[in-house]
Amino acid sequence: MSIMTYRQALHDTLRSEMHRDPDVFLMGEEIGLFDGAYKITAGMLDEFGEKRVRDTAIAEEGFTGAAIGAAMLGLRPVVEIMTINFSLLALDQIVNHAAKIYGMFGGQARVPLVIRTPGGGGQQLGATHSQNIELFYAFVPGMKVLAPSTPADAKAMMLAAIRDDDPVLFLENLSLYNTKGEVPDDDVPAEIGKAAITRRGRDITLIGYSRMAYVAAQVAEQLAESDGLDIEVIDLRSLRPLDRGTVVESVKKTHAAVILEDDWLTYGIGAEIAATISDGAFDYLDAPVRRVAMAEVPMPYSKPLETAALPSADDVIGAIRQTLDAVGRRRNPMENKS
Amino acid sequence: MSTRQRTAVAPPKPGTHQNANPTVVMHQTAPSDTAGAKRATDFYRQMVFIRRFEERAARAYTQALIGGYCHLNLGEEAAVVGLMAALRPTDYLFTNYREHGYALTRGIDPNRVMAELFGRSDGVSKGWGGSMHMFDLEKRMLGGYGIVGGQIPLATGAALAIDYRGVDEIVMCTMGDGTTNIGAFHESLNIAALWNLPIVYVVINNRLGMATTVDKSSAEPELYKRASSYRMASERVDGLDPVAVFEAAQRAAAVARGGRPFLLEVMTERLRGHSVVDPGKYRGAEEIALTKERDPVVTFAAHLFETGLLTEQEIAAINDGAIAQATAAAVFAEASPFPDVATLFDYTYATPVANDSHRLPGQPLFEPAPYPEHEATR
Repeated sequence: MSIMTYRQALHDTLRSEMHRDPDVFLMGEEIGLFDGAYKITAGMLDEFGEKRVRDTAIAEEGFTGAAIGAAMLGLRPVVEIMTINFSLLALDQIVNHAAKIYGMFGGQARVPLVIRTPGGGGQQLGATHSQNIELFYAFVPGMKVLAPSTPADAKAMMLAAIRDDDPVLFLENLSLYNTKGEVPDDDVPAEIGKAAITRRGRDITLIGYSRMAYVAAQVAEQLAESDGLDIEVIDLRSLRPLDRGTVVESVKKTHAAVILEDDWLTYGIGAEIAATISDGAFDYLDAPVRRVAMAEVPMPYSKPLETAALPSADDVIGAIRQTLDAVGRRRNPMENKS
Repeated sequence: MSTRQRTAVAPPKPGTHQNANPTVVMHQTAPSDTAGAKRATDFYRQMVFIRRFEERAARAYTQALIGGYCHLNLGEEAAVVGLMAALRPTDYLFTNYREHGYALTRGIDPNRVMAELFGRSDGVSKGWGGSMHMFDLEKRMLGGYGIVGGQIPLATGAALAIDYRGVDEIVMCTMGDGTTNIGAFHESLNIAALWNLPIVYVVINNRLGMATTVDKSSAEPELYKRASSYRMASERVDGLDPVAVFEAAQRAAAVARGGRPFLLEVMTERLRGHSVVDPGKYRGAEEIALTKERDPVVTFAAHLFETGLLTEQEIAAINDGAIAQATAAAVFAEASPFPDVATLFDYTYATPVANDSHRLPGQPLFEPAPYPEHEATR
């Protein structure tokens, strides 16, 4: 076990996988000479050379598609798209090709591809550089979408993504890169399609992924101390496939849920989770399911406006208290009956 | 035999696309050249088979045995067979959605090609692809692709994999004329030129998008010239002459085997509408008549007859054989079973994964709770 940052865990895992398998190689804008816009690939050009650490032209559709084609011939490319916003330029190649090739040809060609890309706001990057559009990919059968929130998962899920034979969109987050945590020394890949209960509790279930799973864990600790609350936290980890069962079983136990998401509320990932709870735990709910999501505006540049638009720990705490109030109001008549 | 045909076809004058293909000048294949003679008659046999297969497919479409879109290679037979002859079995092919002829000439069993059109389990893509998505790993045909230009980055990546592994193989990537306006075309050619990838890009220029002509869609209508933006060698060839296409494709393939990409523009005709359901009313009578006059199957037959390579009886026999084979393919396809609905969830992922959805429409996500007993007995 070592303590390291999310960034370091990603870097070390990419490096060890490239040593393990000569078919693994990296492609992306400024990942070589510049060490990567967020330095995940720092030093790797020197270590592995231009053949395996390929600086590309600014051509997301072209180089993402080329990675898909190389994967069809059995290589295992790991593509960096500088931020998830730019993945829109590669949308046709990801959605119409990477996600379709295995099925469309009756299972004759595999696409063992990883697309690494960070989401996240809060860096004053304005409307086009602060979006969280992982939903676009999580919507598409054939894609696997992973969203680790801890350094340990960054490692375990990157191992799983690279060794998997399907296209994986690997969502990183700008505000998680410097977070620290324990990372196992052994190379044990995570199981794709599985959520994790990162904190056991009985009072209410918090559900999040990526940065909001991190926020959920912090809020749960804070409210345990300040309010004596016993909160269960679920980190979704895999947005497609989605582990609905873990969410539903938790809500059956706690009878209440608040969903945390960094994307927009309407049609967002949280809407799918709320629908899942409605389908699987309708009779167990003691309060309406709440969602805490980003404000539905093009993200402004100015700091106070940006801060107001992003979901914060305080927003989450407010939603938890209101939900528990609602639980109390509903429980009392039931208790009176019995 | 032909010499280099870099300017075999005069460039089109803007607004007069009828002149894009002047009178077809066939290669003078001397009967004494045995290899050349055999090749020419083989080409003819393949061309006639594509023609009869496509006509049989069109009929099946009108009988509702084929669904969806169905784009035929009618008029492009010479281009298809000439291009395919320049590839080795170890080379890779990516095409657009007008690809039945390529699949057949690449050596895929015609029965399986027709079965794919019929959506049957014996289809080359097991009925999952249809007309636009033929794929055969063994024949290294890595897909017809339905999205215009979608195949170009993929083919470029296949060439990258070949270069990465240092093997003696190349990629050929075909596309239509309209495709040269899409971003993926330019991004891919740029990447291939920068990285010295072994790939031949082929523009099949039939001068029409659906109805939009090349002069209306391409600011540089001499499409092969677009390669110069990427310092890539290119050439335009008469696509109604299979031998000329073959020789040009061989030159292009040689460049690719030497580690440089190449852009080959092949001037062809589209004898019918964009797809089976398009009557092509936007073309004038004169243009249609001219197109028919240039029909490569007819003109090449005349050429083979005039040069004494084939007799009238032999031409008729080739035609009869093609009809019989196309008919047999349709019989096979109709007898092939539809894919079992139980296989619906078999091809979402190559690596099985937890919590993959196997839910049919209308099915609940979770088993509904049983009806409460006290309610039932009320």
